Amino acid sequence: MHYDRVINERVAGVPPSGIRKFFDIVRQMPGAISLGVGEPDFITPWPIRDAAIQSIEEGRTQYTSNWGMESLREKVAAYLRMRYHVVYDPHDEVLITVGASEGIDLALRAIVCPGDEVLVPEPSYVSYAPCVTFAGGKAVPVVTRAEDCFALTPEALAAAITPRTKALILPYPNNPTGGVMTREQFAALAKVLRNTQIVVISDEIYSELVYSGHEHTSFAAIEDMWERTVTLNGFSKAFAMTGWRVGYCCAPRELLAPMFKIHQYTMLCASIQGQIAADCALGRAFETQFEDVRTMVRSYDRRRRLMVKRLNDMGLTCFEPRGAFYVFPSIQRTGLSSDAFCTKLLEAQHVACVPGTAFGASGEGHIRCSYATSIEKLGTALDRIEAFVQSL
Amino acid sequence: MFSTLDMHILEILCEDARVTPREIAVMTGSDEQTVSASLDALRRAGVLVGYQALINWERTERAFVQAVIEVNVQPQREKGFDAIAQRIMQYDEVKSLYLMSGAYDLMVLCEAATLRELAQFVHSRLSVIEGVTGTSTHFMLKTYKYGGVLFEPGRDDRREAVMP
Repeated sequence: MHYDRVINERVAGVPPSGIRKFFDIVRQMPGAISLGVGEPDFITPWPIRDAAIQSIEEGRTQYTSNWGMESLREKVAAYLRMRYHVVYDPHDEVLITVGASEGIDLALRAIVCPGDEVLVPEPSYVSYAPCVTFAGGKAVPVVTRAEDCFALTPEALAAAITPRTKALILPYPNNPTGGVMTREQFAALAKVLRNTQIVVISDEIYSELVYSGHEHTSFAAIEDMWERTVTLNGFSKAFAMTGWRVGYCCAPRELLAPMFKIHQYTMLCASIQGQIAADCALGRAFETQFEDVRTMVRSYDRRRRLMVKRLNDMGLTCFEPRGAFYVFPSIQRTGLSSDAFCTKLLEAQHVACVPGTAFGASGEGHIRCSYATSIEKLGTALDRIEAFVQSL
Repeated sequence: MFSTLDMHILEILCEDARVTPREIAVMTGSDEQTVSASLDALRRAGVLVGYQALINWERTERAFVQAVIEVNVQPQREKGFDAIAQRIMQYDEVKSLYLMSGAYDLMVLCEAATLRELAQFVHSRLSVIEGVTGTSTHFMLKTYKYGGVLFEPGRDDRREAVMP
């Protein structure tokens, strides 16, 4: 077999993930502390796990509706209405997906034609640009900057729009920068988008994790934006349910129908145990006024402040993140590239971070540190990073 | 009424009582003085009552036995169960004491160096207290979890080492 002849060139052309290298080293390194983990350090609360176990005992091992379980869709719709003031019909405007990640893929495949451009604010999650490429489109990076709190500015947006622009991805709260966009900032983007045919894919997976008085705004809640917005969210971050792989995408039925079609013929449905667990998670949250979520957010918030203070004190200037669980300090004063900094830090002090360039070229000069790790480990990791910076 | 800062302080100390007011101030975006004042207020209000280490004595050489004793009592007029509880809690052997709903009235967690000493405590001191009408002693064999902490820890972090 000449494998190089059979592989789709669009797929072959996407470079391998920039973090694989670090993953391989850390695995072989006993005593290493990883600040490179993009998932909560909490495990799914017991009652949620128990609901899934009970469902297995009861023999609930079947497919669900392609749309996802009706009770879960109803809860999702109620949640979005109550929490973010966006209204979707649970009947055909809410689709349960295999993580929010599937939603990204579905949305892009449903709308992107060959040669279409999709605007991707950067730095941002690693999957957007490759998914645009897989869908046959062209990802156009739009750089966001620390001095703008990593928000997408209307000027940058307007400058990036061409007649080929099909969609805009809005990744807020942002991984890796921790940037959050306010209602006013979104309204300014809405002005630019209002008379266009551009679809907005709003990835709100970190919506519950916002800090110090900031609050999450759903882009679909901005005046006139509902009709063009695909809202993506899920259970991974808010309920510490990453491995269950349950997310959802919501959109006007005309926009969701083609996404549903792809989902129906490819995924069929998310795992029933995951859906049952998610249903329990939302049910509990409603009953307890989101007590678990609030406790988790307070805990992240304390670690966030600790990280920002210590990194700033050691000279790695740090934008104070407002959401998610990452800090994105500048390492420019060390004179090292992001990749070199992370590689040397790992070799010298056994602390793993992710180079900013993994999240787009504009991430150069930064590293991403996750604070979803115990205070004790964070303290040790920060001591080691400080020792490393002083040794340069 | 507890402030958000109070809640933060209690959650931090629950996790690790060694954290200093200065560190708490950093973690909560407050200043050291405010944190110290809150700590004082929490102590005065009887909310913060101590800062102990959690020790798994089973991993040490120290000889000890622990038991849960269910105690039935005759409550006293006006004082209810409190007067008897006051007497029971004075003993060094008594580590914890709870008023219970259900089949018995007081639950006493006891500790002594040997089985003999513990038995002696039950029959010659606890059960003879006036108003105690019956006891039932259960010895503890192994601690799995105490104070919210696993004493037989599993793998502490199952996550993949680096994830986007």
